[in-house]
Amino acid sequence: MTTNTHTHTLSVLVENSPGVLARIASLFSRRGYNIDSLAVGPTEDDNISRMTIVINVEGHALEQVIQQLDKLINVISITQLDPITSVQRELLLVKVSTTPESRSQVLETVQLFRAKVVDVAQDGVTIEATGNSEKIEALLRVLEPFGIKELVQSGLVAMSRGMQPKSNGR
Amino acid sequence: MSSDNGTKMTGASSLVKSLEHAGVEVMFGIPGGAILPAYDPIFDSPIRHILVRHEQGAGHAATGYAQATGRVGVCIATSGPGATNLVTPLADAQMDSVPLVAITGQVASAAIGTDAFQEADIRGITMPVTKHNYLVTDARDIPRAIAEAFHIASTGRPGAVLVDIAKDALQHQTTFQWPDSISLAGYNPVLVPDSQAVRDAAALIAQSLHPVLYVGGGVIKANAHKELMRLAELTGAPVVTTLMARGAFPDSHHQHLGMPGMHGTVAAVTALQKADLLITLGARFDDRVTGKLSSFAPHAKIIHADIDPAEIGKNRLADIALVGDLANTITALIPAIQVEFAKHQPDLAPWWSQVNSYRERFPLGYDHPADGTLSPQYVIERLGKMAGPDAIYVAGVGQHQMWASQFINYENPRTWLNSGGLGTMGYSVPAAMGAKVGAPDKVVWAIDGDGCFQMTNQELVTCAINKIPIKVAIINNESLGMVRQWQTLFYNERYSNTDLHSKRIPDFAKLADAMGCVGLRCESRDDVDRTIAQAMEINDQPVVVDFSVHRDAMVWPMVAAGTSNDDIVVARSLAPIWDSQEL
Repeated sequence: MTTNTHTHTLSVLVENSPGVLARIASLFSRRGYNIDSLAVGPTEDDNISRMTIVINVEGHALEQVIQQLDKLINVISITQLDPITSVQRELLLVKVSTTPESRSQVLETVQLFRAKVVDVAQDGVTIEATGNSEKIEALLRVLEPFGIKELVQSGLVAMSRGMQPKSNGR
Repeated sequence: MSSDNGTKMTGASSLVKSLEHAGVEVMFGIPGGAILPAYDPIFDSPIRHILVRHEQGAGHAATGYAQATGRVGVCIATSGPGATNLVTPLADAQMDSVPLVAITGQVASAAIGTDAFQEADIRGITMPVTKHNYLVTDARDIPRAIAEAFHIASTGRPGAVLVDIAKDALQHQTTFQWPDSISLAGYNPVLVPDSQAVRDAAALIAQSLHPVLYVGGGVIKANAHKELMRLAELTGAPVVTTLMARGAFPDSHHQHLGMPGMHGTVAAVTALQKADLLITLGARFDDRVTGKLSSFAPHAKIIHADIDPAEIGKNRLADIALVGDLANTITALIPAIQVEFAKHQPDLAPWWSQVNSYRERFPLGYDHPADGTLSPQYVIERLGKMAGPDAIYVAGVGQHQMWASQFINYENPRTWLNSGGLGTMGYSVPAAMGAKVGAPDKVVWAIDGDGCFQMTNQELVTCAINKIPIKVAIINNESLGMVRQWQTLFYNERYSNTDLHSKRIPDFAKLADAMGCVGLRCESRDDVDRTIAQAMEINDQPVVVDFSVHRDAMVWPMVAAGTSNDDIVVARSLAPIWDSQEL
């Protein structure tokens, strides 16, 4: 996902008040912006939530997205996160079919990707993995031939590297 | 009033106290179940409440009041249908950057989400058409929500704010506390432009040989018309004023080329097309101005000054962005330009001879109908001459709106009110009512179409009862004229559902009479002046004049939707023929 040059990661601090998610979703829908992923969660401050938005837009349209987001009264700050200077992670849970013959190969793959088996059944295993988008995609490609029965993936969460809080306040 | 702080009262009283603290002198509204607690303290408040006949009328009246005065307009309605009837005026005010605060009652907080009687999620419904909105479910939060709503509506780029208040929050006891200050972490409009950008803009202006001042409604919102005059006279550049900016620069000024856009003057439209620099002030490159965007002002560099950073580069990329309050921006630009001009001042004489030739060859005009019927343009032109530049003119939407923009000379800001962005038919009568309430000493003429008038004319009852003596000119061509014009031009004269038959039904003069107004009728050119004079003499009650006009009159010039401004048509099948060197 991050290999696409039109994909941008925005870290958005918003007031933790009712309706904020609806405002952001409504803005994106109304202006025709395409969201690749959206993750919302609490921050170190109870009054503030962080949204990590991955969006696919070209060139100066990104500036428009940022300016339009910034017009929302409940949006406190917006930081564009560069994949090189930030840590970006997704969480994956996936159920993979196994046979007595394939099970060891699947477990080997799990180890190779530093993933974890979180549940085991007669005919399959449930794997938990975290990583950047490329790693998650690579893991899924390797697991695919064994038979993926179900998967769930979180939106991307990201944070700038270093100890300086990059996006707190203006 | 600060002595109110710490006083025990109901949420409803707290709401009314808050509105008093916010400086509200008048509001327009209709009571109903959920907002009823608020109407009890309104009964005792010094705030004037005008009981309208439809909530849409309340919203447009508040908008007209705000546009005429520069103050925040206030409307109030109950939950459910009362609130949904405000959606159109909210969208209208938001599109035209009008400071508006709408108060709505909501069902009791315990009933929210249960599909209760007269419940509508008005906060959710109005999110896309407001600058911000609130749902208040605790009486303690009312003063802060009201204070923030007025702050947000009136600062930065003005807009519409809705405050929805649950019935139990209005009923509960609370301790009134008006906030000392407002601090919103996510709302800090930039007021002063970047000084380097100002110097860059000045340098660009000093280099430009074909500049145009492209003036939008933001100049009026920022009360920057005096600064604009100084900038215009310093640069000597041609000025165009958009539909929302009519009156920001006097029509009588020799540098003024008129309105650009779909029905703009040939001079204004063509000057933009040929310009090498647009000094854009509080305008937003709307499609009705630019025509086909990719061919708009193809040779021009863009200086874009606006208080809303999201307007910069939204439709047309800017070479220089000046984000800030326009009065500040222009005030900063003037000395910077003087510095540049001291080094080098461009000679605009060749540009002016080019621009003047457009003006002389293609002035605005119209013909009187051959059959002797009344020309709508003539009626509007005479109205403008007789009522003069001190009157306030409030148009509906359609042909009459364009003619009122074209054939009345505007000399002062806030004398031309209309629904520019949303194009809301029915705006005129209630907005004129609001304007007259805000400016009682001014003559207020609503210039309306027979289609528009039939959408909101019941507010004339409100005007008659509340002694708000507006004057209404119905430009009656018995049809939805602008739609009919498009059917004439683009649909082979197939007039599907545009014939309103309004020369027979309703009888507008009788209707006016029934609503407590004076109803007049005018059908011939000889009677126009006399009828206007008669209407001008009546100042103790509203007057409605039914001007029965020729139905085939069309608005010219015209740039057909989606085509290039280079393809402007002066009159039917008559495009300007340019010298080859001009193209």
